[in-house]
Order: sequence, then C-alpha cells, then structure tokens
Amino acid sequence: MKKRKFGLALSLVLAAGTILGACGSDEGDSKKGDEKKKTENFKVGLVTDTGGVDDKSFNQSSWEGLKKFGKEFGLEEGKSYRYLQSEKEADYIPNLGKFADGGFNLTFAAGFLLEDAVQTAAEQNSGTNFALIDSLLMDEDFKPVFLDNVAAVTFEEHQGSFLVGVVAAKQSKTGKVGFIGGVDSPLIKKFENGFKAGVKSVNPDMEIIAQYAGDFNKPEKGSSIASTMYTQGADIIYHAAGGTGNGVFTEAKNRKKNGEDVWVIGVDRDQHEEGMPENVTLTSMVKRVDVAVYEISKMAMDGKFPGGKESLFGIKENAIGIAESQENVSKESLKLVDEYKEKILKGEIKVPKTDKEFAEFEKSL
Amino acid sequence: MSILEILALIIPAALYTAAPIIFTALGGVFSERSGVVNIGLEGLMLFGAFTGVITTLTIQDSVGAASPWVAILVAALASGIFSLLHAVASITLRADQTVSGVAINFLAAGLSLFLIKKIYGKGQTDFVDFRINKVDVPGLSDLPVIGDIFFSRIPYTSYIAILAAIVVWYVIYKTPFGLRLRSVGEHPMAADTMGINVTRMRYIGVILSGVFAGIGGAIYALSISGNFTGGTISGQGFLALASMIFGKWHPLGAMGAALFFGFAQSLSITGAQIPFLKDIPSVFLIIAPYVLTILALTGFVGRADAPKAIGIPYVKGKR
Repeated sequence: MKKRKFGLALSLVLAAGTILGACGSDEGDSKKGDEKKKTENFKVGLVTDTGGVDDKSFNQSSWEGLKKFGKEFGLEEGKSYRYLQSEKEADYIPNLGKFADGGFNLTFAAGFLLEDAVQTAAEQNSGTNFALIDSLLMDEDFKPVFLDNVAAVTFEEHQGSFLVGVVAAKQSKTGKVGFIGGVDSPLIKKFENGFKAGVKSVNPDMEIIAQYAGDFNKPEKGSSIASTMYTQGADIIYHAAGGTGNGVFTEAKNRKKNGEDVWVIGVDRDQHEEGMPENVTLTSMVKRVDVAVYEISKMAMDGKFPGGKESLFGIKENAIGIAESQENVSKESLKLVDEYKEKILKGEIKVPKTDKEFAEFEKSL
Repeated sequence: MSILEILALIIPAALYTAAPIIFTALGGVFSERSGVVNIGLEGLMLFGAFTGVITTLTIQDSVGAASPWVAILVAALASGIFSLLHAVASITLRADQTVSGVAINFLAAGLSLFLIKKIYGKGQTDFVDFRINKVDVPGLSDLPVIGDIFFSRIPYTSYIAILAAIVVWYVIYKTPFGLRLRSVGEHPMAADTMGINVTRMRYIGVILSGVFAGIGGAIYALSISGNFTGGTISGQGFLALASMIFGKWHPLGAMGAALFFGFAQSLSITGAQIPFLKDIPSVFLIIAPYVLTILALTGFVGRADAPKAIGIPYVKGKR
C-alpha cells in the first residue's frame, strides 16, 4: 500500500515535467482589466514559436513591435493585443485558431517555423487575417503560394549583410574573412552573397571563405568551422547560423584570450552581449522585426492589410541595418557604411541574393 | 595546408567535441552494466548543463576563473540526485526502464526551462563570463609535431575524460566492486545467492550514470555553447548512448567510439576547406560521419552483446 502511494507520487512528479514546460508564460493574461475602455474594435495577436517572447530574438522583437503599436493606439494589453506562447510544434495551429475564434482581426506568426501552421489556419479561417514573419508560404514543391488573408513579411537581409561586409573588408588586417551559414538554403544564401558583395565592393582582392554547418543548433560544429577559418588566416567571421553561431563566439573568445586578434559579426539582432567579456563582436546585422510588426499592424488597422503578397522590409523601411553597439567599429567604416547605404537606397547598387547574381555583381566591379 | 596542419586542426577539434560524449557514455556504461537501461542520459546531461551554467553564473563574481570547475562538481552532484528518480522508478518500483528513462528526458527538459524562466525571467541564460578554455599544455605543446596535434588548443577536460575512461575501465574490470556491478547485470540471481545486494548495486550504477552524464552536460555547456537554452543539449545524450553501444558496453570502447564520432565530424568540417576534398559537394561531407559509423558498425566492430539481465527488474526469489 505504502509502495503504491509512493509510486503514485513519483508518477505525478514525472508527469509534472510535461506540464511544467507550459507554465510561466502567461504574463500576457495577467492584465485583465475590468474597466472597458472605449478603444477601437481592432484586435491583434501574436503566436510565438517554441522560443517564447523573451528569446532575445524574433519572438521578443515581434512582441516589442506589437506592444509599441498597442500603446501608441491605446489598446488594452491582454484584450486587444496579446500573445500566445507555443510550447511545442503541435501548439501552432491551435494557437492561431484561438485568435481567429476570438475575433482577432490580425494574427502574427513569429518565424518561418510556423509556415505550415499559418497555411492550414488561414485556410480554415478565411475571414481572419494572418501575417507570417520572415517567410513565404510554400507548397509541397517549395514554390511560393499566396493566400488572400495572409501577408508574408520578409526582410532584405542581403542589404544588411552587404553593410557588415563593408565593415569586415575595411577592418580586416589579414585580407581574409569568413562566412558561416546554418543550413544551405535560399534564405541563408542571401546573407552569404550580400556579405561577399559588401566585402568585394570595398576591396576586390579580399578572400572570403564560406561554409555551411548543415544545422542551426550545433555549437560544436560552429566552433570547429570557426577554428579552421581562423587558422587559415581569416580574422573576421560573419555567422548566420543561429545556435550554431554560439560555437563561433566561443572559439573567437578562446582565441582572443590567447592574444589573437579575431572578431565575429553577429546576426539578426545586436549580439554585442554574446561577445562579452572578451569583446569579440565587431558589429551585427540587425533585422528589425518590431518595425515590420508595427507597420503591418498599422496598415491592417487602416484597412490596407497587404494580404496575398510579399511585404519586403529593408534599409528603406529602416528595418535592416547594423547594430547600435558600435564601439568596435572604426569611424571610417561607419562613414563608408553610410555611403553604401545611400547607394543602395538610390538604387546605384543592387545587392545580389543568389550565387548567380553574385557572379554577375563580381564581374561588374 | 600541409597534412600536419590539417591534423593539427582535426585532432584537437575531435578531442574538444568528444569530451562531453565520453563522460556521458561512461555514465551509460555504469548504469547498463548493472542491468538498468538508461535512455535518460540525454535528460541527465541536460540537467547537468543546466546546473553547470546557473552555478557558474551565480558564483562567477565571487569565485572567478575557478567557477566553471566548481560548477562541474555541482552539476555532477545534482544530476546524481536527479538520476535517483530513474533508479527508484526502475529498480524499486520495477517500472519499465525505457519508459522511465524517457520520462527523465521530458522532465529534465521541462523542469530546466521552467526554472530558467523563474530564475532569470527569460527563456535562456546569459553567457558565462568564465569558460573552460582551450589551452596549450605547458611544456608538451612545444614538442615537435605531436605538440601541435595533441597538446595545443585543447581544453583540459578532454584529457580528464580520457583519464576517466581508463579509471572506469580499471574500476569495472579490476576491482571487486566492478565484478559485483557486472554480475548483477549479467545474472542478478546468482549474484544475490552470493550475498551481493542487487538493489544497492543497481542504485549505485544508476547514480553514477547521473554523476557522469551531469559532468558531460556541464562540460558541453561550459566549454562549447557558453550558455543554456532549451536547445543546448539536443541529441548529444543519444550520441553518447550510441557510443556506449558502439563500444560494446566497455569503457575504453565507449571512449574510442566517442573519439571516432568527434574525429569523423571534425574531418567532415575541416574537409570542406582542404584543397582536394573541397571539390566534393558539401552534402557528402556532412553525411560522412554517419556513413563512416555505419561502415564501422557493420564491418569492424562485430557483434555487440548487451549485459544479459539488462532491462529486467530483479525480483527476489522469482525464477
């Protein structure tokens, strides 16, 4: 009898594991004010991927954009704008559905991981609008599809990569720089080719080593690749590899500690902090997801929801650029970055996205 | 690059990435040699990584550069205690050992993420200020040829892992304790007849697996990733499990397998930048470690025999 009770207690503890993961994320709920404010009837929601709204990356940035929008237009948090956290992939569709059922006018899905879910949810709830951040909807053959109630928000990462390429070329002492990508895909190719184009524009003689880890979550691979590149004489590495990039930072810190002059360029957000305490982050290519979320929300509220097409955010929209932490970037580099920014804005430079475009770009230099 | 330069890249990288796997696989050897399947290595490793990082973050301001080493010990202790759940469920309560191990994996993932949220108010920790750094071994790194290959830019944990494998081999094969441990995994009833406390030996086996997996996880987090997120440990525990089986439940075999995995992986990475290998499409280099593993398993290792009583709870007096 005693044993059975103990067994019950133990299985409760083990079962708690699955439940625990779901806790601690409902801050969005807590503010259920009783007073009914006279706000407009516009309601907007955000479904995070499994990272949660404090991931220092996409989810967090999306939520910040939404909060800014909500505050500016006097919406009530938790009621007119809120988020739902996905604990696992199976939560995506139910979470999107919850917003649709709750009469939300617009629901954001943070990140390309939710692509399939958005497609399904949008087909099931044709009366509600969705916005997918950082991806297009794809069919089985990876051809883009467009649904009238889905806005696909993408970024011109190649432009930002171009700018950090300019910094790398200007500040490299060895004439060699590296690029580490997560998975070889059209999206990450944009980073690679933009970066290469930026480097070559400043100095056509620079050598660029590029390699893909084949994974976004293998820091040990990132570290090994970085080690090989640094050994071959590259002194600056730009990574577009998510968690694999952590290994690049570790390797750079190890080397800096031993007196080598090496740097990492961060991606997606300001990664200055990741480079501390050895201070190895030269600069970062920053994607302002919050700007995009804010703009799309505003457009939707004004009845101009960009459904059924791709909405591109780039340097022009102020959604792409280099990080605010600039202590390691020289004044000349910053000046050069501004010059190239102008040229991209004016259309004098068309930054390449694919290998083919880069080959043509290189020839034109 | 010359052959020597290539070796000086590949071998340190292999030793660097193999250390956490070696420790965790050694843990697996202890548990499975005592007759308890431990699929929970992944969870135990994750718990070790989690404890290692939060301990370092907590004490780094007062303890300084020694904090990651202290954190490894704390992680060993914490994971050892955590593994008790698996021990109680699978030994005392005679639950299915595979199911209980899977539960450990889920519990560790959920619990660590939950605690990170409670402690730091966000989904991941900051980066630690003090890591286990790659070092040149004083004296030895100046040796010609082998100094660059075996003693430069490798963290001390890699050497400790290899030493640990030798110690574990000695303990399991050369001491009375090891004989008892193996006997309860092969034929618990015979061991019981000889006066060995089967339950106690199995408890020790499982707890040691927690201790070693905890060390492995902490080393991974503190020498490679530098922080802890939900994805820090994703599959390394299973790789360790595979190393253990690949190494035929033998400590030195498990170490060899872990080194082999590390070597194959760093070869595939460095290969992409070696002149004549560079022209091979990258997908072949990426799958190379797995192909090599299959070849090695089918061609060279031969039959792998698990301990006879593995997975079967021991019931006193039952025939």
